[in-house]
Amino acid sequence: MESVSITVNGERREAPGARPHTTLLNWLRDQGLTGCKEGCAEGECGACAVLVARPDGEEGTRWESVNACLVLLPAMSGGEVVTAEGLGTPQHLHPVQRELAVRGGSQCGYCTPGFVTSMAAEYYRPGRQSGEHRAPNGFDIHALSGNLCRCTGYRPIQDAAHALGTPPEEDVLAARRALPAPALPALHLSGPGGDFRRPGTLEQALEVLAQSPDAKVLAGGTDWGVEVNLRHARAGLTVAVDALPELRELIWSPDSVEIGAGLNLSEIERRLAGRVPLLAEWFPQFASRLIRNSATLGGNLGTASPIGDSPPVLLALNASLRLASRGGEREVPLADYFTGYRQTVRRPGELIRSVKIPLPLAPVAAFHKIAKRRFDDISSVAVAFALDLDGDVVREVRIGLGGVAATPLRARATEEALTGQPWTEATVRAAARTLRGEGTPLDDHRASAAYRAAMLEQALLKFYFAGQEQGVGA
Amino acid sequence: MSSLHERPTHGAVGEAIPHESAALHVTGQALYTDDLGGRLGGLLHAWPVQAPHAHARILAMETAPALTIPGVIRVLTAADVPGENDSGVKHDEPLFPSEVMFYGQAVAWVLADTLDAARLGAQAVRIEYGPLPALLTLTEAIEAGSFQGNASTLRRGDVGQGFAEAAHVFEGEFEFGGQEHFYLETNVALAQVDEAGQVFVQSSTQHPTETQEIVAHVLGLSSNAVTVQCLRMGGGFGGKEMQPHGFAAVAALGATLTGRPVRLRLNRTQDLTLTGKRHPFHAVWKVGFGEDGKLRALQATLTSDGGWSLDLSEPVLARALCHVDNAYYLPHVEVHGRVARTNKTSQTAFRGFGGPQGMLVIEDILGRCAPLLGLEAHELRRLNFYQEGEATPYGQPVRHAGRIAEVWDTLLERSDFAARHAEIRAFNAAHPHRKRGLAVTPVKFGISFNFTSYNQAGALVHVYKDGSVLINHGGTEMGQGLHTKMLQVAATALGVPLACVRLAPTRTDKVPNTSATAASSGADLNGGAVKDACDQIKTRLAEVAAGSLGTRSVKVGALGVHPDDVRFENGRVFPVGHPELGMDFREVVHDAYHLRTQLWAAGFYRTPGLHWDRVNLRGEPFKYFSYGASVSEVEVDGFTGAYTLRRADLLHDVGDSLSPLIDLGQVEGGFVQGAGWLTLEDLRWDTSDGPNRGRLATQAASTYKLPSFSEMPEVFNVALLERATETGVVYGSKAVGEPPLMLAISVREALRQAAAAFGPDGRAQLLASPATPEAVYWALETARTAARTAVAADD
Repeated sequence: MESVSITVNGERREAPGARPHTTLLNWLRDQGLTGCKEGCAEGECGACAVLVARPDGEEGTRWESVNACLVLLPAMSGGEVVTAEGLGTPQHLHPVQRELAVRGGSQCGYCTPGFVTSMAAEYYRPGRQSGEHRAPNGFDIHALSGNLCRCTGYRPIQDAAHALGTPPEEDVLAARRALPAPALPALHLSGPGGDFRRPGTLEQALEVLAQSPDAKVLAGGTDWGVEVNLRHARAGLTVAVDALPELRELIWSPDSVEIGAGLNLSEIERRLAGRVPLLAEWFPQFASRLIRNSATLGGNLGTASPIGDSPPVLLALNASLRLASRGGEREVPLADYFTGYRQTVRRPGELIRSVKIPLPLAPVAAFHKIAKRRFDDISSVAVAFALDLDGDVVREVRIGLGGVAATPLRARATEEALTGQPWTEATVRAAARTLRGEGTPLDDHRASAAYRAAMLEQALLKFYFAGQEQGVGA
Repeated sequence: MSSLHERPTHGAVGEAIPHESAALHVTGQALYTDDLGGRLGGLLHAWPVQAPHAHARILAMETAPALTIPGVIRVLTAADVPGENDSGVKHDEPLFPSEVMFYGQAVAWVLADTLDAARLGAQAVRIEYGPLPALLTLTEAIEAGSFQGNASTLRRGDVGQGFAEAAHVFEGEFEFGGQEHFYLETNVALAQVDEAGQVFVQSSTQHPTETQEIVAHVLGLSSNAVTVQCLRMGGGFGGKEMQPHGFAAVAALGATLTGRPVRLRLNRTQDLTLTGKRHPFHAVWKVGFGEDGKLRALQATLTSDGGWSLDLSEPVLARALCHVDNAYYLPHVEVHGRVARTNKTSQTAFRGFGGPQGMLVIEDILGRCAPLLGLEAHELRRLNFYQEGEATPYGQPVRHAGRIAEVWDTLLERSDFAARHAEIRAFNAAHPHRKRGLAVTPVKFGISFNFTSYNQAGALVHVYKDGSVLINHGGTEMGQGLHTKMLQVAATALGVPLACVRLAPTRTDKVPNTSATAASSGADLNGGAVKDACDQIKTRLAEVAAGSLGTRSVKVGALGVHPDDVRFENGRVFPVGHPELGMDFREVVHDAYHLRTQLWAAGFYRTPGLHWDRVNLRGEPFKYFSYGASVSEVEVDGFTGAYTLRRADLLHDVGDSLSPLIDLGQVEGGFVQGAGWLTLEDLRWDTSDGPNRGRLATQAASTYKLPSFSEMPEVFNVALLERATETGVVYGSKAVGEPPLMLAISVREALRQAAAAFGPDGRAQLLASPATPEAVYWALETARTAARTAVAADD
């Protein structure tokens, strides 16, 4: 396709002259749908959240909420969006809107349309049932972790969430779930603001990247969107790869699980269904649901940020990356992938196709994230552990670190100090002192270097004592 | 007419109704200033040129390169200002400065057809700076003797005598951080000029009158040539009391020079780097306690960080000094206050307006000293409460002082404090790596603007011929529910159903010379004015109704109806005791019109009985005090310092609530916002000597963290004090906007208790503010170190 069209609140709208750096948020506002608000332009506040129709992995559709400020308009082409205006009107409020309104869930009202859509996504979540998430109606409050409210203190919003029933039969959006999600067509836009391409196959994508190795690869866009909005970055060519079928596979084999680099984290979480416990523990601590509904592993590893939250866990899981280019594919252990600050072994024209986690998994694992805020914060320090004991002797241990050096890294010295040793308080305390010295933490606005170093030491102690409570090594 | 606080048995006041705009909020239909721009043709967008120095002279500025960018229409500079180049009320805030006073200060503004073009235009402006030395921290400012405005001293008794009488004297120092308002809607102004040259500015402002005055003096116009309207704000919290004026002036200047509408909307980073925040404070103190644990004397110096200009720093400081007593009687007091000048944003009003900072100082002192006195912190607090008949250090009798203990004791009982206190001791003894803390703190907060003149308000009420009512008042809506309350007040005063009353947006051409919607006073002041207007109309209608009803009353053996005996209830008008003889409100209105009766009124209210000596800090600046108390329980992870707020119980005095759902929301929201200030929200500036010295390091939502869902207390019990009628205030209510914020001090004190539990008893446990997980970790490390030292000493 050569032009962008999007279905908004059930109506198809053309976006002639759509530019690759226009966000869905700004376009919606230009369309007069001003319920969608900009609060931060970096996916932190959720004031711009909208519902999008996504494949549910079977034959149907899920309604998911995403930050419209981080979605580039062309990337949405062919998609379906519902905003707060589309859910109901003051005369005919949607159940989510009614509950929020009558309980005092809005004060200034600015964050409210975003809360409405995030709440609606959870309202329409297939299979939501009483008792899940310690909620009478199974409503997962973490669905709202990416929405900030400065006025209410959240209690009435939580009450509204917990008061929701199930959608009635005649509910249009509920019925929509039975039909397939919109297929995102291949797209090729050219214009004064730059080119945007969404190839239909991996082969085509690799061809484009071979010809334009400097192209900006888009896989979720939760990082690139921030660059575009806050640092006004612009790309001559943007290539969206997150819809490529080859990057959306998740394959279990006897000796590994391979996760497509274009799957968003929410999809991975659903499809793994807890079978990788370390990841199951990790997902809720990665940004917010709004971000996880867009962010991909390929994106998190592609940006090679030293404070990305996936490298520490994937290092502990001993993961490797499948890199694809026009010339073929190769597999690189993640531990060898990072070469410097935001530098990797990935060659021009090369794409992360998948992340491979070897099986069997280490029996004991944990992820420790140190941040100012419990959820939806950037780590000051992130530590992941994977431990295999033989009786009370350490057979193997892997420790992945983030936030303490120019790259994510394995705590090799600490691993070595523990391997073959008895898993006792004395060994652990000694090894924890070694761990304290791994990395070269900095002072910044998130934490002091001294605290970061202390947190490395404390992380191992906490891992040990938490294990003692659960009978590890006993 | 009835006295101000008397409430009829029937009426909309006191009903728990949702926000008047709730249905618009949830459907995305509620319009905010920036939603209006897209509806105008020929809109221009503004972008600031921000200086990359904390302090520098502008040696040269070349704007011509900006004009080569396609779409750029004009660059606004000091040379364009027809009136006064200043955006403050103290005349110390040049709108287009020649000397840069803080990193990121706007030195010029670019107007363009698109936002992108304006941004590129701003990049193209060439400026040569001559950097100057900059002061960033309070310590640097104090050492350099860099102060601004008037210093003042709060004094009572003789501290020398007080310390001589004291059995225990302690000294300490405490520096604590400010807070970014982070209203979800950033600052925005939209300016147009009509065919007659009338300037119309729609602004997200808490103080439309002052916005109007600043726009007028920048443009060299008189106030009647400028109209400011505020539909609603997406949050204000004090941050839009002074800060919006300059942005409105820039937009208005652009509109007058180009003839096109101008939109100036800050993005989040611009808002964070350009606008003022809550004042950080530094305090040094000396305190004396008697053998009985009673406070004998407090001597202290409070220094606030005012940033580069005065703004509201002086009144903020005055309120801090007036709240350093919080709920405690201090016989001998000498507290000096001063405002430091630093090269940072100009710190400003923020919910509590200095009150939280003053109270934090005394609560920190009590939390630190209790273990040294061998007392539990809650015992020490309880025995120092004001008693009936006592006065504050500035000489104001503490009205209803008994409510402090009443609220406190009720809350302790309801929250099962004593039993939980014991349980937590047991929990802490059993858990080496996790500790819990439980704390209770009181709030006493003075209501009224310290500056007496501001305690006035106006309203305009129209009754149309069909009996429908339109009200307008001087207060602005920022989410606090003021408009909801005013609708309830009007409906109650006129005795009509709520559905009969509508409210028109706040505009300076409807109600002039208004005060800021601030100091929690919005409902008190504007409610008084709305009720006054309604009462005037009702008096006239009663005269008419007495005539109309007189003939009907003959049926029940009366000679007629006296106007005083006419009742207005729920849209019906009838002689007292005889609802069956009544007529519809609209019929009375119809009759009144034909009898040529004025059916609209301008209402006015001034708070009676206030006086204040700003120089000597003496007088009765407050109409009354708001009281509250909170109990917080936390659990701290000894490995990381991370914590959870397990439970919070709040009891707060709002008098007889005008609108209980609204008030509950204010109490809960204020508490969580206060908890954010004290635990999570951490403003950091680059204080290094590098090239970015003075740059705000936390200038985005990703680095400045607000409380999210996960910071909400796991158990959250909030109640309003019952039977709390406040005489002399509209329908017996009390203000609610600010006081609950300070309930959050119990969260900080609970964290102190939990950190201390990692060490031996009897220690003064210090805790930095904000008490981030890192700060709590270092605090509990000192406790653990003390424990190890104690063990070593025993060996």
